[in-house]
Amino acid sequence: MYRDFGTILFLVFMGIVLIYAPLVIQKLLAPNDPNADKLATYECGEESEGSAWVQFNIRFYVVALIFLIFDVEVVFLFPWAVVFNELGLLAFVEMGIFLLILMLGLAYVWRRSDLDWVKYNVKYGRGRYSNLYKKSQTIKGS
Amino acid sequence: MTIDFIINQFTEIIGNFPVAAFLVACASVGGLLFVLMALNAMVAVYVERKVSAFMMDRLGPMGQGPGLHAGKWGILQTFADAIKLLIKEDTIPKSADQILFKVAPFIIFIGAIIGLSALPFSSSIQAVDLNVGVFYIIAAGSIGVIGIVMAGWASNNKWSLYGAMRSAAQIISYEIPAGLSIIVPIMMSGTMNLQNLIEYQSGSIFGIFPNWIMFQNPFAFLAFFIFFISAVAETNRTPFDIPEAESELVAGWMTEYSGFRWAVFFLSEYANMFVVSGLAVAGFMGGWLSPIPGFLNSPVLGLFWFFGKVSFLIFVMMWFRWTFPRLRVDQLMYVCWKVFIPIAMLNIFGVGIWKLIFG
Repeated sequence: MYRDFGTILFLVFMGIVLIYAPLVIQKLLAPNDPNADKLATYECGEESEGSAWVQFNIRFYVVALIFLIFDVEVVFLFPWAVVFNELGLLAFVEMGIFLLILMLGLAYVWRRSDLDWVKYNVKYGRGRYSNLYKKSQTIKGS
Repeated sequence: MTIDFIINQFTEIIGNFPVAAFLVACASVGGLLFVLMALNAMVAVYVERKVSAFMMDRLGPMGQGPGLHAGKWGILQTFADAIKLLIKEDTIPKSADQILFKVAPFIIFIGAIIGLSALPFSSSIQAVDLNVGVFYIIAAGSIGVIGIVMAGWASNNKWSLYGAMRSAAQIISYEIPAGLSIIVPIMMSGTMNLQNLIEYQSGSIFGIFPNWIMFQNPFAFLAFFIFFISAVAETNRTPFDIPEAESELVAGWMTEYSGFRWAVFFLSEYANMFVVSGLAVAGFMGGWLSPIPGFLNSPVLGLFWFFGKVSFLIFVMMWFRWTFPRLRVDQLMYVCWKVFIPIAMLNIFGVGIWKLIFG
């Protein structure tokens, strides 16, 4: 087993060399004539406006959090699946309880509409979001 | 496996130098894997162009090929592309994060090549025969996403950042249905070793049908489709290609890359297609076993069957590309979280009950 993973470690180093070698060849063969326009950030021909390192949509963070929970669950399922045939009903019931708890969690985030990319049922009845609330009601009604 | 074979040969011919033997064996296996990756990308790009051309009722590349002028069938088109990419100027935007921008292609490439190293090409040809093969390939497949986020963020370009974030959200989301459905073959066979998993699928159902896991019960059949569609999404192929949607995001997270660095992404994308198809073939479609039970099975023919099945799945991916329109971001998340994950979870219950009743 150590030999197997040693091979993989070797492959990692070899991958670095295999990519680095063509890059060196490219350095020798390819023209190198940079100017300010070439090195500018591409924005469809327009002058680029500000940096791209800005705050990002919170949705991605929520997806990452939910992913983490379910991915850990999948990791627990792998060893269980290997011994499932030997343990039989007991293993099935135990993993069934575990899965049910997680499915409850999925139902919870589903009900809270954390799984929707565009969240419509926000609880803002007044102020600047009131039109959004009305919109969600019409969408639900239709 | 193959490593052991080379080490034994080395010891027999040259003498007992364990470290040198190990290094030579690793280097030759790594070289072969790289050749396989390059050939796979070259052939797949050519075939993809021709398949696209066929489906759109046009000719595709016809110029470059054997023969000096006006060569035939464009066979050397991808070869010409590779040379073009190698002698192109390598530009790095001034506002980019110089170090991360250069590191990203390496990480993506390493993720692809170490995934490839665990695939069982035949009963005797496999770079490393791991006892946790299935789990390992799933894990190696998710290294790439780190490189993608790195490339997108380091470019300091709005298209790249959008592409990278979408790509990350998509890949990590679809990893869960893929992982949940690949559990099904493990539950049925009771092993994570890819060779044992394939051996479990030998034999036949009613004497005529191959005893592949996807034909053994209806839940496994469903699991195969969930796994394959999730795998297509994980490799960012159409219809799940919103991270690099040409009409919205230019080229997604690879917008600022050019020359060979870009070629590395391309190489890795096709290698990833090969790896996920290989895992689907090994897990559900009998790997290197012949489709006619107990007929034409040998280590060499196994190689043919394995590559044949993988090529078929890659062809299906190309077929998808010209059949389905691209999904929207919210549709993508809907399909993953509200359709695939509940079905995949219920599938595990289904297979468990099936196994308990029918053994």
